[in-house]
Amino acid sequence: MTPSERLDATFTALADPTRRAILARLAKGDASVLELTQPFAISQPAISKHLKVLERAGLISRGRDAQRRPCRIEGKPLADISGWLEEYRQIWEQNFQRLDALLEELQAPDRKSGPRKGKRP
Amino acid sequence: MSNTTTKTLTVSTPSDREIALTRVFTAPRALVFDALTKPELVQRWMLGNMGASMPVCEIDLRAGGAYRFVWRNPDGTEMAMMGVYREIVRPERIVNTQRFDTPWLPGEFVLTTTLVESGGKTTFTSTTLFDSVEMRDKMLKSGMESGASASYDRLEAFLASI
Repeated sequence: MTPSERLDATFTALADPTRRAILARLAKGDASVLELTQPFAISQPAISKHLKVLERAGLISRGRDAQRRPCRIEGKPLADISGWLEEYRQIWEQNFQRLDALLEELQAPDRKSGPRKGKRP
Repeated sequence: MSNTTTKTLTVSTPSDREIALTRVFTAPRALVFDALTKPELVQRWMLGNMGASMPVCEIDLRAGGAYRFVWRNPDGTEMAMMGVYREIVRPERIVNTQRFDTPWLPGEFVLTTTLVESGGKTTFTSTTLFDSVEMRDKMLKSGMESGASASYDRLEAFLASI
């Protein structure tokens, strides 16, 4: 998969509430398909289908143990998304820090803002 | 001087089709409203982090009125954002449409900005609603890809999207 295809797969996987709930469960620790089926009112084959989508997106991996094949959450695709959100947050933080300074300047009683000429005592 | 604990910027995704920004400012909301709607003030802060300037900032502040912002990057490239105000409730609420002149980001978004004042501070919340989950994710992805490739013009468009 190209990075772009991988992102498509990640976003598709995250677009479903059941899959997000599965990830939330796996964030607390590894679990087998059976263990994952219990809290959800869906059949084991349906859960397995969701797990395949998550696995294809690289969001989870499956253990080698043939009996249990425990599911484990994989951090990288999620870290990619939160990394981007962090970048976005920082950019807006810079905008807003400039806005802080501007608002402070506009409220300063002894300073005139912008090109307007005010009367000075 | 700034109280950093109250000035944390929160970025969230309240639904599959939305991105929200929340931030507290130490100023009455009338002043924050001015900073969001008066061209000579907008041009002083809404500049991103790439050293861009905003040579054009036109605002017709009334329901049905249009606005247009143009950014110029240090390399001379320009990017424009434009839309129409749907609702203006001074000094507490602005609803406007938004689109970009870049082919990679088609479609129109709807922004709702609210200002709530309490104890001399103003809480700013801006929510962008996309046509579809796909559109929001395209925004997210374009931001990510541009971040990775240092293609800042696309990132610039994205960061200017609120």
